[in-house]
Amino acid sequence: MRDVVITGIGIVSCAGEGLDAHLAALSGVPNTDAETFAPHPVHPATALEWDRQIPKKSDQRQMEAWQRLGCYAAGLALDSAGVKEDAELKGRMQLIVSAGGGERDYAVDGQILAGLRTAEDPGVFLNERLMGDLRPTLFLAQLSNLLAGNISIVHGVTGGSRTFMGEESSGVDAIRIARERIASGQDDIFLVGGAYNAERPDVLLIYEMGGFLWKRPYQPVWSRPADGGGMILGSAACFLVLESREHAAARGATPLAALAGVASDRSRRQSGSVEQALHGLSRELKGKPDVVISGATGLRGITEEEQAALRDVAPGAAVHATGDVIGHAMEAQAPASVALAAGLIANGTASDALVTSIGHWRGEGALRLTKA
Amino acid sequence: MALRDKQGRPLVAVTGMGVVTSLGQGKDDTWAALTAGRSGIHRINRFPTESLRTSIAGTIDFIDVEPFCAPMLSERLAVLAAEEAVGQSGLASGGFPGALFIAVPPVEMEWPQRQALAEASGQTGDVTYKDLLKAAATGRFKAWHDLFIFGTVADRVADRFGTKGSPISLSTACSSGATAIQLGVEAIRRGETDAALCIGTDGSVNPESLIRFSLLSALSTQNENPEGASKPFSKNRDGFVMGEGGAALVLENAEAAIARGAKILGYVLGCGEKGDNFHRTRSSPDGSPAIAAIRQALDDANLSPGEIDYINAHGTSTPENDKMEAMSCTAVFGERMGSLPISSNKSMIGHTLTAAGAVEAVMSLLTIATGRMPPTINYQVPDPAIPLDVVPNAARDGDVKYVLSNSFGFGGQNTCLVFGAEPKGA
Repeated sequence: MRDVVITGIGIVSCAGEGLDAHLAALSGVPNTDAETFAPHPVHPATALEWDRQIPKKSDQRQMEAWQRLGCYAAGLALDSAGVKEDAELKGRMQLIVSAGGGERDYAVDGQILAGLRTAEDPGVFLNERLMGDLRPTLFLAQLSNLLAGNISIVHGVTGGSRTFMGEESSGVDAIRIARERIASGQDDIFLVGGAYNAERPDVLLIYEMGGFLWKRPYQPVWSRPADGGGMILGSAACFLVLESREHAAARGATPLAALAGVASDRSRRQSGSVEQALHGLSRELKGKPDVVISGATGLRGITEEEQAALRDVAPGAAVHATGDVIGHAMEAQAPASVALAAGLIANGTASDALVTSIGHWRGEGALRLTKA
Repeated sequence: MALRDKQGRPLVAVTGMGVVTSLGQGKDDTWAALTAGRSGIHRINRFPTESLRTSIAGTIDFIDVEPFCAPMLSERLAVLAAEEAVGQSGLASGGFPGALFIAVPPVEMEWPQRQALAEASGQTGDVTYKDLLKAAATGRFKAWHDLFIFGTVADRVADRFGTKGSPISLSTACSSGATAIQLGVEAIRRGETDAALCIGTDGSVNPESLIRFSLLSALSTQNENPEGASKPFSKNRDGFVMGEGGAALVLENAEAAIARGAKILGYVLGCGEKGDNFHRTRSSPDGSPAIAAIRQALDDANLSPGEIDYINAHGTSTPENDKMEAMSCTAVFGERMGSLPISSNKSMIGHTLTAAGAVEAVMSLLTIATGRMPPTINYQVPDPAIPLDVVPNAARDGDVKYVLSNSFGFGGQNTCLVFGAEPKGA
């Protein structure tokens, strides 16, 4: 099996743009918008100069926020890996994106809902309004695989592209399968990552229905369970360039860290199952972590279980929550956590990192990074 | 027979198949109808169609779920197809010994749920998402969180069949079903698993999804004669017809399958994939990505173009796809393309979108097993620009050893699979 290394990272969130900004934000309080969606705080994406990574205005217009964030971060990752200008390489680079779906036209939704109340024939009214009011191109901003499509168009990554769905787990599994394909010799180089826009009432709605959202002023992830628990969604995108050690060496690229292992599973959630799952996953990875980057949500129960497991599997390790840097970015959470871990290894702060991903509702994952 | 391919990878056998389409439940019903040239396209009666440009589809109306919505129907179609496939394979139906790869339509909350939230909010004036959020906070709608997040269909299918590990939910638009199979093939070839359950499912014909495609001018508007609307490769084709379906394949390491005495239905011999960066909905005018995907699939299967006996086309019946597909196939197969049979299942079952690649994989394997090529129906007006042998209007018998199945999708997705009765040289 071949070693898999990380040679490029592109990340954007409320902490700013780029890896350094995010490493700096490991200590401190994340930027929080408590007003726009009150009572729900969100961690808003930093303002970006889109032109720097998405040069054509026509491309920018074709995308909604989650796609623009993802496309931008993908461009940063390609820059960071030093492959942005290598058309031949990008033509055989494989792409795996972890994604949910795109945004809605909130004003149109509201008008239709108000109109449906008094419509003589609600079904026909719905047809008429949707036919008349939906922007045709909005569909392309909603389709899950169109972040990958936009990355192909804007950045020319055209080896092959696959989009995984399924909230937090999809981020872990995208990285897992990319790693396996490289390790087995099937492919040499991947662009892997995800994007999430939290500043959307329709996603807040889904998680509010389930009772998952934190509705008070920002508190760190680990302290939330004692006050009832809850997650704060964050707008973020993160892409990683993964490749075989040989491939990186052959093109003279310096790896930031090695991706030593990825383990994921889904437990039947009940009291104690998350703690048990993390023990099992970390045994699989065989690490001796000196740092933990946790994707913890701050939800009651699973957050304390993760803490308990970490005391056993990573004794003495410094523990950081990605949620306290960028918020909870769902499909993009695991890629972002891996980016932070790789950054700490690259700058010498750590040598063996454990990344965790305990999904808010299902799915457990763990990743191990070591010195390249 | 060697149980590894030319590259030394484990051969991937198919030991179970299941399918449900608008033509019926189970592969026997669907296959009988498909080879009889029967159409499953009909007038939509699931919802009112007044004011719509398209009022026909291949909906599956003989299965009911509660509450009726895309994720529930998609889950049900997946389970029905997988029950048939796992049953045929003889593997344990409650403890499937391998991974799940499932192509699912992107889901989101639908209008009945939005309406219920709006009503529960008590708002009598203008409605905003603030009102919906207020209703959501009551906790009365908790079950809808699970219903409308993206990983739920896979999670429930994984529960039902006891598949191993983290299930993969995926979308590559209209090539999703083929990608699910490709992921299973790769996992078996890497030696990670001896078995994979690969599923494509789509039960998402609802007003908004139909209107979205309609607004992109992608759908046929020939509503007068629903059975005649989907006419791939015909000169008067004017768009695709939405369909619903589910299909499942049990893939196994051939060595493990033989060791347990399983009946092998065929092999997945090759997979090819190539991204296209030309446009969000249109293919590169020169067809180069589709050509690359076909060639890669043939190479992966260790076959030359001359060895393919039949092509199961993507064949959507849109002016653009069929032209691009014909051109790409001609580039790969050369002069032979004029006489190489290529037919489109979509002429009868419509475009089952996320499920299509998996449904058509099952039909490709049945073509190999029975030596019968399903027709392209509604082929009355040939398109002189794309002179193909589309197996017009009536099924045809022939010796079919190797089949190429094409899947292309929005977002520059091109995925091609090669199936065979036996690996080459066996």
